[in-house]
Amino acid sequence: MIRAENLTKYYGNIRAVEDLTMEVPDGSILGFLGPNGAGKTTTMRMLTGYTTPTRGKAIVEEIDIQREPLRAKRLIGYLPEVPPLYPELKVRSFLEFVAEVKGLRGKKKKAEIERVVSQAGLEKVVHRRIRNLSKGYRQRVGIAQALLGDPKVLILDEPTIGLDPKEIVEIRALIKSLGGGRTIILSTHILQEVTSVCDSIAIINEGRLIEFGKIKEVEEKYGSTSLEEVYISAISRGGEA
Amino acid sequence: MRNTWAVMKKELKIYFSSPTAYIVISLFLLLAGFMYYVIVSNFSLLSLRAGSNPYFSSHLSLNQSVYIPFFSNAAVVLLLLLPILTMRLFAEEKRQRTEELLFTLPLTNTQIILGKYLAAVVVLFLMILATAPYVFYPFTITRPELAPVLTGYLGLFLLGASFISFGLFTSSLTENQIVAAVFSFAILLLLWLIYWLTYVTSFLGDFLKFISFFGHFDNLSKGVIDTADIAYYLSFTLVGLFLTYAVLEVKRWWR
Repeated sequence: MIRAENLTKYYGNIRAVEDLTMEVPDGSILGFLGPNGAGKTTTMRMLTGYTTPTRGKAIVEEIDIQREPLRAKRLIGYLPEVPPLYPELKVRSFLEFVAEVKGLRGKKKKAEIERVVSQAGLEKVVHRRIRNLSKGYRQRVGIAQALLGDPKVLILDEPTIGLDPKEIVEIRALIKSLGGGRTIILSTHILQEVTSVCDSIAIINEGRLIEFGKIKEVEEKYGSTSLEEVYISAISRGGEA
Repeated sequence: MRNTWAVMKKELKIYFSSPTAYIVISLFLLLAGFMYYVIVSNFSLLSLRAGSNPYFSSHLSLNQSVYIPFFSNAAVVLLLLLPILTMRLFAEEKRQRTEELLFTLPLTNTQIILGKYLAAVVVLFLMILATAPYVFYPFTITRPELAPVLTGYLGLFLLGASFISFGLFTSSLTENQIVAAVFSFAILLLLWLIYWLTYVTSFLGDFLKFISFFGHFDNLSKGVIDTADIAYYLSFTLVGLFLTYAVLEVKRWWR
């Protein structure tokens, strides 16, 4: 479970996110939608404890991430918009570093690295330097890193951006396979990704949450079966408000 | 502790899988070796001349004429090179956007800072250690005093370690490595030369002398271990690390 309580972020006088409240229950996969600059990344950064909110709380499994950052961060796997990789390191050393910091040692560490390597399909590249990997593989390393330690909550910021069509299909299948009890927040611009992977959506515009709920319920509310239509009318309505 | 260790290991792997550490270490050895060669050659010329003058030769000392100048020259080389070693520590994390991982992993800022600091200190240690073969070579042919050589090394190490803490601080301020290096170089040079002010003003004279790197290093290279000097370097290091910590804490609100 991950919950945002009145999350608000201002940069000086500029509002990035205002009063955002939502709860993603256990096992739910949430599609996080909104135009560029709407505040998706800022919200995710507050939820993961990277940014301190101006007001409000981010709560993971009943732990406030500002009050007990170490305990809360252990429960989260995070893939930022730009996969955070050290180009000089080999895939294996990179995963070892993340595993150690997540508290895995010895045999457990080895087994866990092997698990995420096979889950993310990295067997062929474990001994290569990250610098020499294609974009698709880098994204996979980014996802593998997030999966280490089997976190209860996964937060993925535009995981398929900039990939070629084949890579997109593969990464999407990978994300779909990650469900099963995990709580996932997936931000994206690709609506078909949401319909194929997620069970609920949140739409954010100009820093405010304008829709939140199960995909079907939201679609019914707008009297449409196309998520695209729902998205466009939600965004334009939000713009008027 | 284990997390600090993990961060340190990661930084060391990056140092040694990119040219940085190799370049800094080899340039240090090249420059320090060159200085040592010139100093020793000069000393052997002096010794030859002193052969005919018993008074003069009784005053010739390897410690005075070789080791003291060598250590203070090596200190200047550290001042030039360590900012290059430290410049990437935080700046590159920011530029590569890896800090978004670093600051969302279950790590405290203290663990991150110490891990990075210790990694650079390990490189410094290796770099200084690599001069040992030629520095100790004269011990095989004559009997210089050992203690001042050891304290000279200690001084070099403490001095370098405090340089590193300031390099870490300037690196945390920017995402541009060059800016980080130049800024840290300027701070260190200023701290080195600040005692010059005592020539022109008596105001704060003792204080300026105290905060300058220069005098404290002088004592150690002469073989004098004064706890005040050790405390000076340790407090300088702590100030550098604390400033870095403050920067990271403030930045949490602005990213």
